[in-house]
Amino acid sequence: MKAPARQTLISLHGANVRFGATPALSGVTMDLRRGDRLMLVGANASGKTTLIRLLHGLLQPVVAGSVQTHVLVPEGTAPRGAMVFQRPFLLNLSVRWNVLLGLWLHGVPQAERESRCRQALQRVGLASLAGRRARELSGGQQQRLALARAWALQPDILFLDEPTASLDPGAKREVEALIQDFAADGVTLVMSTHNLGQAKRLGSRVAYLEAGTLVVDRAVDDFFSGDDLPDPARQFLRGELPWHT
Amino acid sequence: MNDLVQGLSSAARLLLGADSDLWSVVALSIRVSGTACLVGAAIGLSAGAWLAIARFPGQALVVGLLNTLLALPSVVVGLVVYLLLSRAGPLGALGILFTPTAMVIAQSILVVPLVAALSRRLVLLALADGGDQLRSLGAGPFTTALLLLLHERFGVLTVLLTAFGRAIAEVGAVMIVGGNIDGVTRVMTTTIALETSKGDLPLALALGVVLLAVVALLNALIGLLQWRSAAPREALA
Repeated sequence: MKAPARQTLISLHGANVRFGATPALSGVTMDLRRGDRLMLVGANASGKTTLIRLLHGLLQPVVAGSVQTHVLVPEGTAPRGAMVFQRPFLLNLSVRWNVLLGLWLHGVPQAERESRCRQALQRVGLASLAGRRARELSGGQQQRLALARAWALQPDILFLDEPTASLDPGAKREVEALIQDFAADGVTLVMSTHNLGQAKRLGSRVAYLEAGTLVVDRAVDDFFSGDDLPDPARQFLRGELPWHT
Repeated sequence: MNDLVQGLSSAARLLLGADSDLWSVVALSIRVSGTACLVGAAIGLSAGAWLAIARFPGQALVVGLLNTLLALPSVVVGLVVYLLLSRAGPLGALGILFTPTAMVIAQSILVVPLVAALSRRLVLLALADGGDQLRSLGAGPFTTALLLLLHERFGVLTVLLTAFGRAIAEVGAVMIVGGNIDGVTRVMTTTIALETSKGDLPLALALGVVLLAVVALLNALIGLLQWRSAAPREALA
């Protein structure tokens, strides 16, 4: 429904990001296309989170290169992005108010907010907990609420930064199922993960980063077949890389 | 020691007997300091939120100045407000010197730096946790800071209680700009100072007890609110 063609939504060209004197991304060039399910993998401090934040527009310090967002065709509007973080920050308010405030901040008209909030909470299975304080929820429920808050914004691109990293296996499965649901609706996904199985299950495309450099970016089957992979990526797949690069 | 015991027992009689003079002084104190806290909250919270998110040249200097103002002596504030409001001063035409309004102005000036500095710290800590996530939802910097104050509202209440404590307990500024006029600008602290100098210790002690009781009551209310916020819902059912 949302992915009639492989239209480019965001283009990075030679993007460099620094935090003070520390380079976080170096010369990253890639296109994010509509309908992609792009999985970012790599060791800690490889630049996955920085790349997601850059794509989402949360980062300013691009010292070289460009980030270009393209309007949707045929809609003619800029793609809407929403992001879910590894540890969701929920305001010390009710579940319902956390979603409603997200809609208000995004400029959704008041008449639509209640219905979109209700639908989002139903979709993630939290409708019965709408009046409960968000901070009383379990870790998995909090992450589902963060997904509801993001999904209520009707994003064209959903950015997910290790969304299941802090969850137990049951909660991880629930959240993964929801992400698959959103992807099935045609939402473009960009997700960082340490879990290669998850990347294989959810992704259509995998990008491997090392020390802020994009080493390889290819279709999921090509990546996991391991054919012609650059050495660092092959070593990563074999689990031979040090945890911290 | 005997004076203290006698004073305390007389204070208890005054309090239990609902002495009208005593309660009018208490009521004015609460009204003046409460209003000053509201004014201080409006200005101080906005300033604190803004200073937490703003980036401008000289910001460190402004923050340093704000922190210095935490130790602002109340008599200095009283003197400056007196000079501004006195007949020959730039605001003398307002004719509000020796009125409760002048006292509110002086106490507001005292509490604004306190509220601003402490709320700035609250917002900075919360920004580290949730700033990016609120920005990713579309919140601008100032909206983010205000939402974080809402998020930390029990911390904000504690800040306001601290501000109220400073306002209601100070004597120098209200003495200078209020004049300690009986029935008009006489508040608890100025009455304590006056009655002590006159040797009427029971009234002075009674007011001291009330002063502490008012702050203790507010503290208890905030503690109750915080407890209700922290307690699991089932435990409250």
